[in-house]
Amino acid sequence: MTVVDQAKNAAEFLNDRTHEEHLDRLMWMLRTRRDEAASRVAEWEQLRDLASAIKEHTLSNLAHYLEMFESRAQANGVTVHWAQDAHEHNQIVYQLLSDRKVDLLIKSKSMLTEECDTRPFLETRGIRVCETDLGERIQQLDDEPPSHIVGPAWHKTTQDVANLFARVYGSDKEKADAVYLAGVMRKNTRPLIEQAKAGMTGANFAVAETGAVVTVTNEGNADLSGNVPELRICSVGLEKIIPKNEHLAVFIRLLTRSATGNSITQYTSHFRAPRQNGEMHIILVDNGRSSRLGMEKFWRSLKCIRCAACMNTCPVYRRSGGLSYGATYMGPIGIIMMPTFDVRRYSELPFSSTLNGSCSNVCPVKIDIHEQIYGWREVMEEKHQIKFLKKEAMIVAGKVLSDPRLYRIAASSAEPSLKLLPRFAIYNHLNAWGWHRDIPQPAKETFHDWYRKHRSEGAGQEIGS
Amino acid sequence: MSVRDSILQNVRNNQPSPRELPAIPTFHSEQSVDLKTRFTEALKELAGEVVTEPPADFDLFLRKRFPDAKTICSAVPEYSGNKKPEDFSRWSDAGAIDVTIVRSPLGVAETGSVLLSDEEFRVNTIGFLAHDIVILLDPAEIVENIHDAYVHPHFRDKAYSLLMSGPSGSADIGGITVHPAQGVMTLTVIFWPRAQSNTT
Repeated sequence: MTVVDQAKNAAEFLNDRTHEEHLDRLMWMLRTRRDEAASRVAEWEQLRDLASAIKEHTLSNLAHYLEMFESRAQANGVTVHWAQDAHEHNQIVYQLLSDRKVDLLIKSKSMLTEECDTRPFLETRGIRVCETDLGERIQQLDDEPPSHIVGPAWHKTTQDVANLFARVYGSDKEKADAVYLAGVMRKNTRPLIEQAKAGMTGANFAVAETGAVVTVTNEGNADLSGNVPELRICSVGLEKIIPKNEHLAVFIRLLTRSATGNSITQYTSHFRAPRQNGEMHIILVDNGRSSRLGMEKFWRSLKCIRCAACMNTCPVYRRSGGLSYGATYMGPIGIIMMPTFDVRRYSELPFSSTLNGSCSNVCPVKIDIHEQIYGWREVMEEKHQIKFLKKEAMIVAGKVLSDPRLYRIAASSAEPSLKLLPRFAIYNHLNAWGWHRDIPQPAKETFHDWYRKHRSEGAGQEIGS
Repeated sequence: MSVRDSILQNVRNNQPSPRELPAIPTFHSEQSVDLKTRFTEALKELAGEVVTEPPADFDLFLRKRFPDAKTICSAVPEYSGNKKPEDFSRWSDAGAIDVTIVRSPLGVAETGSVLLSDEEFRVNTIGFLAHDIVILLDPAEIVENIHDAYVHPHFRDKAYSLLMSGPSGSADIGGITVHPAQGVMTLTVIFWPRAQSNTT
């Protein structure tokens, strides 16, 4: 597999100012709404501490809670399956469907099934799959993966969706109106929901004490997928387990506020046992999670509850779009998760960050995201996965920054150099910073010069006098 | 070794040293809280509406509010409607319902949510495939926050339980929530004490 070049992909996204501005504005609106929602909950920081502690407790006793969840679910009449990897997961789903001669599956949004490439697996075997989440369905119809884990199509403008629906459904291209377009989707998808013989959901949480799978949606599509057909399949990543309902309360209070700024989603749904005359299957999926649990620096990424607050606040994500990461999980959380799947393919991702720490500050479960990003850079260095040019640049920077004399020469020569050098000498392909922005004008005087001047002026004065 | 045992063994080998499980406070407000007002405001944020007392003539209320409704499915003794949940024994047929009427045993002031389960719905799909939903709620059964809500036995006992906090909506186009989505188009909660059962 080739290395994903996020910077190059981002450059293509940046060439189109409409989409860049649209995404940046939308993400920042979500970030602002998140801040407002958090400020209305007096115990917000306490909830974050609790959420982090609950997750760390559960992950450090994960085998115990997995066994508890399994036995409670089985006692509820649910069949529990275990899948080591994506292929095993997909094979289990396919077997369940083909044994019952199901040719149409309705699905609510699930990042785990994206991770497993479940939809193409089933479609190539003759099973039609209909995504019921509006954003996910838009991406399905446009043959694109999700660009955001909460709003899969948020990189698209309303006009993009109007164009897509006009092409697929024959709706009015001139009506770039979200209400109209949501109506078009409802009209075209509801018949499929009513016909389907099987439904599939992911899980936001799985409660060990009750054996229940919990989903959080605005549209109620997990409820439709999980209730309309008689066969319900829930795919659950191992890390989604939490101990009890009282712990679920903490996460429900944090999740939607962190994601969109609303206090809760319209539907918070708890599937504990099969529906009347139905059957329910839960597939517990590892796919690298148990190995990640043993990575001393990186196991805490398993605390993630998929709110995407880190993505919404990230200056790199906001201006490069989710598709540029070439990955199931994108943005800061994607940067620290994807290398655990394929260290070579995602070796460049840890450099798609300014390390400003904003991601860690908004994370509702207090994952040390920016520190893990730095940790992954170290791993890439150790594994020789850093490109020659980047490595050489860092060696030079390292030398300059560690030597005060060299640093002062470099700092004081920046201003005259930028003034004197012709534009082609500054903005060439070696200067990645300058590809999409102007170099900031350096100060006329370095800090060192300023400090030396003022320090000597004030010499002899006592502080505070 | 089975896949299950192999996964569990790998988890056991790799899980970090045990961390403590924290106690969860109830986070009750120190001042007295007007639960009805807070519930109403929170539900409004997600486009749900509250009617603060039982209508004198519920039939007239429904005809005014849903003038085009023909199929009214009632799961409550307070109103008969013209369909019962059991009329939709094939659950996918509930799309024929214009208005579903159901009673919730619990409201949550913090989020404007109501609890519903297979006990209240009887046929779960009447809650999503219907065009509109009307939910009766005894205001005495409103609790302050989500922590209180999860004490309710439905979450331990019912095959399916749901905290519903507004009509189905989607913010997937442009980030602003719009209706319709795939579920109910409107959600109305009527504060209707259980004792005041004026059977129509």
